[in-house]
Amino acid sequence: MTATGLEAVRGATAPPPASDLMIQAVHLRKIFGPTSVLDDVSLELGAGHGVTLLGANGTGKTTLLRILATLVRPSGGSLRIAGVDAVKAPDTARGVIDLVGHGSWVYEDLTALENLRFWTTMGGHDAAPARLRTALESVELDTVADRRARTFSAGMKRRLALARVLLGRARLLLLDEPFTGLDRAGRKWLSEYLMSFKARGGAFVLATHSFDAGIGVADRVAILAGGRIALERPAAGLGLDDLRRLYDDLAMGAEAGS
Amino acid sequence: MRRAWIVVWKDVLSERRSKESLNALVFFSILLLFVFQFALGPERARVEAALPGLLWLGFILAGLLAFGRTFLVERENDCWEGLVLSPGDKSAIYLGKLAGNVLLMAVVEAVLLVLFAVFFGLDFTGVLPALCLVLALGTLGLAAVGTLFGAITAQLRARELLFPVLLLPAVVPILLGAVSATQSVILGQPLAEAAAWLKLLAAADLVYLVVGVLTFEFVLEG
Amino acid sequence: MAVRTLGWLAVLALVAGVATAFGYAPREVVQGNVQRIMYLHVPAVLTAYLAFGLVFLGSVGYLLTRRPGWDRLALAAAEPGVIFTGITIASGSIWGKPTWGTWWTWDARLTSTAVLFLVYVGYLLLRGMIDEPDRRARAAAVVGILGTANIPIVHFSVKWWRALHQPATILGPEPSPIAAPIALTLVVNWLAFTLLLLYLVAKRTEIARLEDLHAG
Repeated sequence: MTATGLEAVRGATAPPPASDLMIQAVHLRKIFGPTSVLDDVSLELGAGHGVTLLGANGTGKTTLLRILATLVRPSGGSLRIAGVDAVKAPDTARGVIDLVGHGSWVYEDLTALENLRFWTTMGGHDAAPARLRTALESVELDTVADRRARTFSAGMKRRLALARVLLGRARLLLLDEPFTGLDRAGRKWLSEYLMSFKARGGAFVLATHSFDAGIGVADRVAILAGGRIALERPAAGLGLDDLRRLYDDLAMGAEAGS
Repeated sequence: MRRAWIVVWKDVLSERRSKESLNALVFFSILLLFVFQFALGPERARVEAALPGLLWLGFILAGLLAFGRTFLVERENDCWEGLVLSPGDKSAIYLGKLAGNVLLMAVVEAVLLVLFAVFFGLDFTGVLPALCLVLALGTLGLAAVGTLFGAITAQLRARELLFPVLLLPAVVPILLGAVSATQSVILGQPLAEAAAWLKLLAAADLVYLVVGVLTFEFVLEG
Repeated sequence: MAVRTLGWLAVLALVAGVATAFGYAPREVVQGNVQRIMYLHVPAVLTAYLAFGLVFLGSVGYLLTRRPGWDRLALAAAEPGVIFTGITIASGSIWGKPTWGTWWTWDARLTSTAVLFLVYVGYLLLRGMIDEPDRRARAAAVVGILGTANIPIVHFSVKWWRALHQPATILGPEPSPIAAPIALTLVVNWLAFTLLLLYLVAKRTEIARLEDLHAG
């Protein structure tokens, strides 16, 4: 993973944004039919910060992330993304958001390069081939740039999604289990990228159910249990064992309570 | 719009590589030919008399298959949310998908015309320009509604059932207008005879396009 | 309560409607008593159009404001709309049987109405297939808007199509000037049906609101 590649892709960067709140989520609720997935979630995230969202599968991590991405409307509560009311004007908010979710937005019949060209154009960004190839270099997919994505492994598709993010101008990154399928070098690259993303004034929310990856890059850790953010702590000084203990307590408490 | 164009480019490229839809639709057209012949019996005259109706029946049946699959590639590759999250005017996506569908139907219709000409010994060469005009107007209307409803039913479990149920009543005017105009054209009548029908088709196309462009963003959310 | 008053008004108007249709309006010379079914048929189709206009209103209202009340209006109007359309078709068919000798011919208005029926049955089927309220409301709204925009187009296309093949059969009020008793009876029945529609819509909206409350 080349650091210089990152520099080349960034090209003309925007000046660092004002340190306004990227996310202001207040009392978010989400109900699907008779099931209440999110009960009362409030979250604030400032520019230049990252939060890791921990929770077992089924706790609503993905739903919360999709609400933050304006893909799903909350049943209640308010959400402001970069100062914009994301429920009333989702399209405006989408201009600053990028999502690396479960699906990697990869068209299997297109090559890596063509996929990037499509998504970059759809995002309204410059899709010059040189720019695209540099992004592919950064995620070490340049050797397969002209290979159809059908042959890619899950990890490669995930890296392609990250290349897509590189080409965008997002200020808020939402990542759902981004480390899955990445090898050690890939994880290192992603961690470094997220750190530099923060340094440039961006913010991210990283949802994961695994304790090892993703803790180091975040400023805060939030645990989602029982439909709400049961715990939120600064990441510094939080040991892995402490975290695991806290998480188990909360998970059991949530089960007992519901 | 650049984004509409890139959607067309992507779909044409995908289709050219996989050839899924095109092959199946062409083969389907051939099958239809046989089905029509068997259903109508061996007399040539019966087929010739029913020709405009058969043509459009074939186009609509092929269209049901083609338009229903408009967003299949997005569904299969998990790209739907990518389209939802892309900033800017969503109607660019609608127009791009519409253009792709029209291109696909154009190929299928050309194949069907040739098959009809060959198998039933018909000669369209004299009336080709006028016929193409009718085909264009009719197909545009079918595709305008088909693309919109295709998007609506894309995320539904029962899409194969619901899509025809929604599409067919909505395109009745297109069917009536196109068959009548085709009838007039094939009989060699001057275009002025079919003018009223062509105007109806054009008006319908306009209405459907406007509704599609205005409402697509509401369909594409979530 | 306003809705209950509306209901009683509707009942009164319907009674008046039946009374005028059978008592006051003259017996038609050629067709006989079966022509009285016109006092059911014409008001029914007018009311159906009103209902689908309300569907359009509700659909646009929801897309613009995202308030569930508009979607409930659309649903509450679509159901009676389909019923009134069905009544129009059935009554038209019954009316036509003595005249045409068959239960169905592809008469222009009957065909247009039948297409309308199919469009809105599809609308209701679509609504039945989507559980998520917002998605359902949006999808239904788009189909509803296209359906209503299509009404004049369907009307003209079917009319011209019929004109090609057969002269229009007479399935409507007498040519103008319409005799006063007939006109009055038509108006009374039309008013009655409209009141009935408004009552049904109001009631159904309320039921829908309670359903949503209960589910959420």
